Amino acid sequence: MRFERAAWWFVAPALLVIGVFFFLPVFAALLMSLTDFDIYALADLRNLRFVGLSNYVSLLQTPLFWQAFGNTLYFVVVGAIGVSLGAALLLHSRLARFKAFFRTALFAPVVTTLVAVAVIWRYLFNTRYGLLNYALGGVGIQPIDWLGDPHWAMPAIIVFAVWKNFGYNMIILLAGLQSIPEELYEAARIDGASIWRQFRYVTLPMLAPILLMVSILTIAGYFQLFAEPYVMTQGGPLQSTVSVLYLMYEEGFKWWNLGSASAVAFVLFLVIFGITALQLRYTRQGAWT
Amino acid sequence: MKRKLAAPFVNGLLLAAAVITLFPLFWMTSTSLMVPGEASTFPPPLFPSRATFANYRELFAHAGLGRYLANSVLVATVATIVSLVFNVSAGYAFAKLRFAGRERIFKLLLGALVIPGQVAMVPLFLLLKHLGLVNTYGGVIVPAMASIFGIFLVRQYALSIPNELLEAARIDGASEFRIFRLIVVPVLKPIIVTLAVFTLLGTWNDFMWPLIVLTDKDLYTLPVALATLSREHVQDDEMMMAGSVVTILPVLLVFLSLQRYYIQGLMGGSVKG
Repeated sequence: MRFERAAWWFVAPALLVIGVFFFLPVFAALLMSLTDFDIYALADLRNLRFVGLSNYVSLLQTPLFWQAFGNTLYFVVVGAIGVSLGAALLLHSRLARFKAFFRTALFAPVVTTLVAVAVIWRYLFNTRYGLLNYALGGVGIQPIDWLGDPHWAMPAIIVFAVWKNFGYNMIILLAGLQSIPEELYEAARIDGASIWRQFRYVTLPMLAPILLMVSILTIAGYFQLFAEPYVMTQGGPLQSTVSVLYLMYEEGFKWWNLGSASAVAFVLFLVIFGITALQLRYTRQGAWT
Repeated sequence: MKRKLAAPFVNGLLLAAAVITLFPLFWMTSTSLMVPGEASTFPPPLFPSRATFANYRELFAHAGLGRYLANSVLVATVATIVSLVFNVSAGYAFAKLRFAGRERIFKLLLGALVIPGQVAMVPLFLLLKHLGLVNTYGGVIVPAMASIFGIFLVRQYALSIPNELLEAARIDGASEFRIFRLIVVPVLKPIIVTLAVFTLLGTWNDFMWPLIVLTDKDLYTLPVALATLSREHVQDDEMMMAGSVVTILPVLLVFLSLQRYYIQGLMGGSVKG
């Protein structure tokens, strides 16, 4: 049929690219994660052996994996959406002025290049010359070795990442706030509800589906943390900022343990998938297609 | 009484938030104009004592920044143009053209949205090595030539094209490609601009994949080059800031001039549904 053939011409290039350069590698990653693919197999495929789940088993027994997992989780929980929601509420407020300007200003870090702004923040966090320690010194706090102290390195990276990313969720939540009908607030006011109760009983329930979507996207995004530790700390100090993805990069492209790197990647996928499924089920909301 | 205090409170908080978000960018620019060593003094200076472009000249003359800038422009431009052609035509077809298995393929694509792209990276590297694309511009561009998200974005928008418009053109004997070029593309223009901005910013800012696939310094894109430079020049803060300005400025300008499309795409794509 003429239409059918034309239609295939429209979809074929994109499907071909996605099929060959995405679906095929994902499938291959699953297979590779069950082998001992390393630098010897890279040289000669005959050195490749099927090892079953042993990559996964040894991964789960590696302290560094749990450390990386914990670091990432820490990052996700702390770098959550509170800041975004707060900023969106402020921008949505009827009292706010110069809204377009503020919206652009707060969103600007999102479009900047991660590596470049990480370089800036590394300087802001500098123990001796950094502005942050200078400001803290003004209120009598001793200089902190932000990126060199295992206790502070992860919080420092989180502060940076929240600065970089909160604008994205802010815009999505702002759209959600704008779609809440004004009559609901009017009715609440007539009933004498305080600002807090309006927020608790009108805003939050109406925003719930979008909050859900935003938190899934945020978790998926933060698990993919990579450039921040790469530029700012190289995973250190004492591996306190190694993320799951950083671990995959080191395993795969520094040590060339491609089989075990694939297993790391798949665990990452399973975690993200699990969290998504859990959240969807927990709130009993259907897919958002 | 309460009302009177509320407005300054809200605006004061907004102002404080804006100062916090913009300050690092301001400081980057200011530091990039300082003479070497000036930023490593205490207390940290806010403005250069005497503004100079020496750091920029040094970067372009000796650190090869011009080359990296050209690489980034090339990679981001080609990837954006090719992926626009592929994603827009596919998104339109999924919305408006009938073919066997359309719904099933679309559902499969949607489901695959939860798979993080990094899962594919290790085998993708081997595949591209096999194809001779490792350490080439092609290695960076090829995987970015189509995206599920792009197809999805265009499809949602294309659903609103009235069928009568397309049928009328078909009755007039126009071919499907002619219809696409003369009717569909003009109607889709806003979403095409949106997707173009998304893709351009995404490929320009991308770091992990170019880092993996490029080994030859001459081919580095700006983020990869900047990360490498910052490991070599830990002390040269002024120069690194100049490098950051060169990396960020193009994307910031694109965003500022087209932000209407970018922010609408973000808001529209999320609230529907």
